[in-house]
Amino acid sequence: MKLLLKSVHVVDPAAGRNGEFDVLIADGRVVRVDRNQPADGATVVELPRGFVVTPGLIDIHVHLREPGQEHKETIATGTAAAVAGGFTAVACMPNTTPVNDSASVTEFILKRAADAGLARVYPIGAVSVGSKGEQLTEIGDLVKAGCVAITDDGLPVQTALLMRRALEYASMFGIPVIDHCEDPSLKGDGVAHEGAVASMLGLKGIPGAAEAIMVERDISVAELTGGRVHVAHMSARQSLRALREGKSRGVAVTAEVCPHHFLLTDEALATGGGYDTNCKMNPPLREEADRAAMIEGLRDGSIDVIATDHAPHHADEKALEFDRAPFGIVGLETAVPLCLDRLVHAGIVSLTRLVELLSTNPARALNLPGGTIAEGAPADLTILAPDAEVTIRKETFRSKGRNTPFDGWTLRGAVAATIVGGRDVYVNEDVLGRASLAGA
Amino acid sequence: MIAPATALRTRHLLGIQDLSAPEIQLILQTALAMKEIGTRPIKKVPTLRGRTIVNLFFEASTRTRMSFELAEKRLSADTLGMTTSGSSVSKGETLLDTARTLEAMAPDMIVIRHGSSGAPHQLARICRSSIINAGDGMHEHPTQALLDAFTILERKGRLDGLKVTIVGDLLHSRVFRSNVLLLTRMGAEVRACAPGTLVPLGMEALGVHVTRSLREAVTGADVVMMLRLQLERMRGLFLPSMREYFALFGLTPAVLEHAAPDVIVMHPGPMNRGVEIDSQVADGPWSVILDQVANGVAVRMAVLYLLAGGEEAGER
Repeated sequence: MKLLLKSVHVVDPAAGRNGEFDVLIADGRVVRVDRNQPADGATVVELPRGFVVTPGLIDIHVHLREPGQEHKETIATGTAAAVAGGFTAVACMPNTTPVNDSASVTEFILKRAADAGLARVYPIGAVSVGSKGEQLTEIGDLVKAGCVAITDDGLPVQTALLMRRALEYASMFGIPVIDHCEDPSLKGDGVAHEGAVASMLGLKGIPGAAEAIMVERDISVAELTGGRVHVAHMSARQSLRALREGKSRGVAVTAEVCPHHFLLTDEALATGGGYDTNCKMNPPLREEADRAAMIEGLRDGSIDVIATDHAPHHADEKALEFDRAPFGIVGLETAVPLCLDRLVHAGIVSLTRLVELLSTNPARALNLPGGTIAEGAPADLTILAPDAEVTIRKETFRSKGRNTPFDGWTLRGAVAATIVGGRDVYVNEDVLGRASLAGA
Repeated sequence: MIAPATALRTRHLLGIQDLSAPEIQLILQTALAMKEIGTRPIKKVPTLRGRTIVNLFFEASTRTRMSFELAEKRLSADTLGMTTSGSSVSKGETLLDTARTLEAMAPDMIVIRHGSSGAPHQLARICRSSIINAGDGMHEHPTQALLDAFTILERKGRLDGLKVTIVGDLLHSRVFRSNVLLLTRMGAEVRACAPGTLVPLGMEALGVHVTRSLREAVTGADVVMMLRLQLERMRGLFLPSMREYFALFGLTPAVLEHAAPDVIVMHPGPMNRGVEIDSQVADGPWSVILDQVANGVAVRMAVLYLLAGGEEAGER
């Protein structure tokens, strides 16, 4: 079966494309991207005006919770959420139970992902055994099994020495070390950004410096070793300063930011009756100067990637007292509308730049396939309806997690369809109707 | 003088944050009438007869719990007490389940003391009964601030323009936060004094002048309010020693000489004698510490009465 997307608007920064093209897909792969292609037996699909075809979006920071925390999420529900959010691939964090610190856990994850048959799943292995910060995992074995990076996410890579060895060792396999940057002693038992809002709410604070100190350490160690470090969920303006400075010195460092950190501030904790545990995440929602800095970093190119830190939790867990509830919110099914509305339509970044942040650069940061629509490569595509209006309704999520602070937000910009390996694994009937893109 | 409101706008008392100056004035005036009841031979009125009040104390408390209980009894309410130990909470029941269970018994009010900031706010979102915050984590303790204000008014006749100095563990203190909100709202000049490790961020924006010097803080003060050092909320590295803390921040007669001649000294209790306050001060002529305890009952009666609907409550 062949499918010809006829005269569709393609935005693919890696290939330098931003205009009308015909995209021919056959046997799950992209055959040609060109103008004026003949139908030649292919099923011809035209898209409504204004729709955009991009390389498949990739979220490199997702917690799928399986194995071990299936009450929060499973690989099947998490990848269903991913494709509903426009992501053709996700990289999943190793803080499962057990921790993904061995090839057998990695293989289990990949098997479950294949069974689900939705988004591609790229496991990220642990830096240290059990993420305890003591002994390196068998990184070679993890890479052989399919891990694309290593991290102790949820926790920082505990010592500078462990970071050094991890970078030195991981560089043999060409994979980066991802760090959840946080000085544990400065974080203490903090639950909110250290600032005027937390002061008045009587919540223990986590200062921006807790993050920046670790970013600075990691950049110094990356410089020492020549290894590649990726800063997870950056939130503090001091960290951005360190990132810019490191990049200007030529250090191999990249960074991601999450939508909630460039859209919300700690003021959200004081509104709507206060203490909403769906506004509790780590790193915490910071103050306006930090939020504005993240926006500036997205605009000027210092920040490489937008990732969601999709962190589903059970409603019972989030119903606990604020200081006892777990950190984290879901993000897979809200990121694209939030980014289209608040970044592109708000005039902060172009659509091309957004595709870089959500596809081109995530692929580059972790050396993943995709990130561009390449002839011969698997047909992983996202179709966006940038002008369609959507209202976030948590009860419609494919994810088991309903923990979002964005419920009820009406936004301009929707995912129309998600195509993985030529299959339409998600079609948004609200914007596309019942039209099938299948058959390629 | 701020004219009092005629009623409270909300059915909960979660914090001073939610009260306007006229509402604060209303509570303080009502407390004056309630105090009179406590001077009668029969210290009981039928105002809240038939009303049920649950006292839900998740954190140790002596004076606040007894003060609420006494206030409830003087208003003839039926009261139930629940503490963490020996209840379903010790069997792992969550706060919200406990609240729902109690709600099923249809109380009119729930007085809650909890170690987590915001716990009363979470209850207020799901409960039909009135929620009264009797202290939540490091957040607020509104009835304490109200009884402090009542005590100051009793001695000074006004709040507006008074110089009030608050000294001690500001960082961990819900009493401090509630007092800052109340006193600044009522026009007092608030100064705060603490070691650099125990000062929360953002106090200047609330109009609080923060200093590290006890002498500077006390100079010319009309009221000096000492806060307890909350050792149970501190994990390491806040202070080198109790000895040094007392030397720098302990209130002694010598330091008090710099205050206004008619200064009063307050403490929400329980006191750590010899840590934040010298016994000569605690037991001296400046001290209104026991007045605070006595006034607590009247202020809580006023709060219960007003939340129950004020005059309507009595007529029912």
